[in-house]
Amino acid sequence: MGSTSAENEGTGSAQNTGAGDNGTTGVGRRALIKRSAALGLISVPTMSFLSACASGGGDDDSGDNEGKTSDSNPFGVKEGTKLDVVIFKGGYGDDYAKAWEAAFKKKWGVTSVHTGTQEITGKLQPRFNAGNPPDIVDDSGAQQIPIDVLHKNKQLLDLAEVLDAPSADDPDKKVRDTLIPGTLDAGMQEGKVVALNYIYTVWGLWYSGKLFKEKGWEAPKTWDEFLAICKDAKSQGIGGLAHQGKYPYYINVAIMDLIAKKGGLDAMKAIDNLDPKAFVGSEAATEAIEAIYEVVEKGYLMPGTNGLTHTESQTRWNQYKAAFITSGSWLENEQLKTTPDDFDMKFLPMPPLADSALPFEAIRAGSGEPFIIPAKAKNLPAAKEFMRLMLSKEWATLFAKEANSLTILKDGVDPNVQLRPGTASTVDASKAAGDNTFRYLYTEWYSEMGTAIENASNELMAKRIQPKEWLKRAQAAVDKQAKDPASKQNRRD
Amino acid sequence: MRKGQHRFVAGFLLFPVTLYVIFVIWPYIQTFGYSLTDWKGQSQTFSFVGLDNYTKLLEDDIFMGAIWHNVLFLVFIPVITILLALFFAFMVNAGGRGRSGGVSGVAGSKYYRVVYFFPQVLSLAIMAVLFGAVYRSDGGGMLNGVLIKLGLVDENSPVEWLNEPNFVLWALIAVVVWHGVGFYLVLFSAAMQSIPRDIYEAALIDGAGRAQSFFRITLPLLWDSVQTAWVYLGIAAMDMFILVSTMTAGDYGGGPDHHSEVMSTVMMRNFLLYGRSGYACAMGVVMLLLTLIVSVVMLRATRRERIEF
Repeated sequence: MGSTSAENEGTGSAQNTGAGDNGTTGVGRRALIKRSAALGLISVPTMSFLSACASGGGDDDSGDNEGKTSDSNPFGVKEGTKLDVVIFKGGYGDDYAKAWEAAFKKKWGVTSVHTGTQEITGKLQPRFNAGNPPDIVDDSGAQQIPIDVLHKNKQLLDLAEVLDAPSADDPDKKVRDTLIPGTLDAGMQEGKVVALNYIYTVWGLWYSGKLFKEKGWEAPKTWDEFLAICKDAKSQGIGGLAHQGKYPYYINVAIMDLIAKKGGLDAMKAIDNLDPKAFVGSEAATEAIEAIYEVVEKGYLMPGTNGLTHTESQTRWNQYKAAFITSGSWLENEQLKTTPDDFDMKFLPMPPLADSALPFEAIRAGSGEPFIIPAKAKNLPAAKEFMRLMLSKEWATLFAKEANSLTILKDGVDPNVQLRPGTASTVDASKAAGDNTFRYLYTEWYSEMGTAIENASNELMAKRIQPKEWLKRAQAAVDKQAKDPASKQNRRD
Repeated sequence: MRKGQHRFVAGFLLFPVTLYVIFVIWPYIQTFGYSLTDWKGQSQTFSFVGLDNYTKLLEDDIFMGAIWHNVLFLVFIPVITILLALFFAFMVNAGGRGRSGGVSGVAGSKYYRVVYFFPQVLSLAIMAVLFGAVYRSDGGGMLNGVLIKLGLVDENSPVEWLNEPNFVLWALIAVVVWHGVGFYLVLFSAAMQSIPRDIYEAALIDGAGRAQSFFRITLPLLWDSVQTAWVYLGIAAMDMFILVSTMTAGDYGGGPDHHSEVMSTVMMRNFLLYGRSGYACAMGVVMLLLTLIVSVVMLRATRRERIEF
């Protein structure tokens, strides 16, 4: 290889000690040019790599997604633009979203890029960090990015714009007036609505109408009746209560609902507002947790339920191995494939303890499945219009047809739509409950406190701690959260 | 080196080293940087807090418990895996009662070699699902089903393997050992086969039994491989993320009430769920330091003289 005279590569023989030692007086001219050219060559891709690292992400101009506003186009949606939609593909599937996107394209000429996934955090956290999030997201599921975290990072659009716009069905009304009252509260962070909890969900116990008819059981209206059925079931080798043990969220809902029903809305608000007597010193909490512990102690749980996943326990319940199971109204859709045709799935509000402040018909109802619009979305006008149309009768009916569930739109479902037995029984229960619905908000605000209480519930169900210990641990979690000054902004009356 | 060979070699190395620096080294540096801030993980607004995150770590009971669990894994997983792998490798290579007076493995060792490697072929995610069904907490689980049939476990209170604080760590160790033995069996087998047969034959002639052959000949000559295996298994024991997060209860696992937490799951939960990403980065740095220290200590402690043959 031709080398310049100024370089000594230290060749040959035993005293090869490397290029530098053999009397090089410095780099030669040619070598300098070669080296700097090489350096320049690699620095270009290096710079582009480095700028793409986590701290990169500048803002882009999204100005070309804005069209003209008008009465029928309050946000200025521009035809021909793209909408980036990310949907959590869980118990409700994502077919409803595809139906929406088709309708959106027909009406506005906006093509949607659809992503249905269960890995919301996995796919979207890097995008939020880089500053190019999607346009509208159904942020839900086990990998949900907690709404309070997104809000603290200023990543969410304040949805007041959408809610104060004229409704697509009745331009004289604002969107927020067409919704079931109270359903927007769950999406509030520090006083602003930043998430639209779209699906009207009810939580409680579920049973098989067929099994109950066979055994001659009546749907229990009090806690004692509930215990009696569990006892009878146990004597016949059927589990009384099944729950999704691996995810203590489910049984925790049942415990919290008992507390709310026994102590009324005040007991519930005490927990949400981080009262120092929320658990320890609360009669409602004490009686509720002791009642649940009684179920565990008397052996009324389905054997092995404490370690099962949601699909395992729910499938066992479908196989008539347990009388009751805890869940929310996504249950029917989730178990569509494993439920026998004549199962006759029915919903039951939590049977209340004696002398409860709320009646039997009271249910935890509220909106689940948060839809968010990222503040830095590229196509904000189309995203806002999409959300406004979600709250129209046409799209709410599409949803009910594809996902077998209700939305927060008042009377949103066309009466001609045929619903499945589970969903139909939730409609009946909602009507019977009337104004007697309640919803905890601490689950939206304080993810760490929620986890700590759930851990304690798991231990109680496995009989490793007693009710007194559970109350202590729950109170400790509340007190720890109350020390954070930011929690003062989350208050409910 | 010939003239110009340094540049030739450097030219080829440039691209892979650049990739390595950008995708491995640079994130390490970033993690260290973020650990000195209160980054919340969802945007780029954060403030510098110095070593606050590290002092908080010392008071975090859950993280301290997780370190203890990692230490437990560190003690048991390498020991059990290596002992089993050595035993099987010896049996398969030199354990047979020699029919023709030579040194050979037990009968059927050709098949054992292949079959024992099967678990290594499965990915850890599949293992998690597989053993999830084995350890399933009602009668439908393999272990519980068998024990119920044998009458050792009451049908109405089956053992909740992954939900019992006393069993969960052992259950996880069993999975890791089952997965790893095959690989180290092959590793040790290969090393053993390079031991000249004459040494074994000489020992046989001198009347050495199987145990003596193993401890006096095989093990000392295999020490290099054992040392490597120890370090690899130690690094795996300091991680354990996949199994703990998928098999145990809770967000990102951690078992019944933090009884099976490991550093990586605590870190993940703080990073993604609680939005305490700066704090989680501090945990990551601590993990890195501990794993480095463990590896260095293990390499030093198991150093022996090299024997050339």
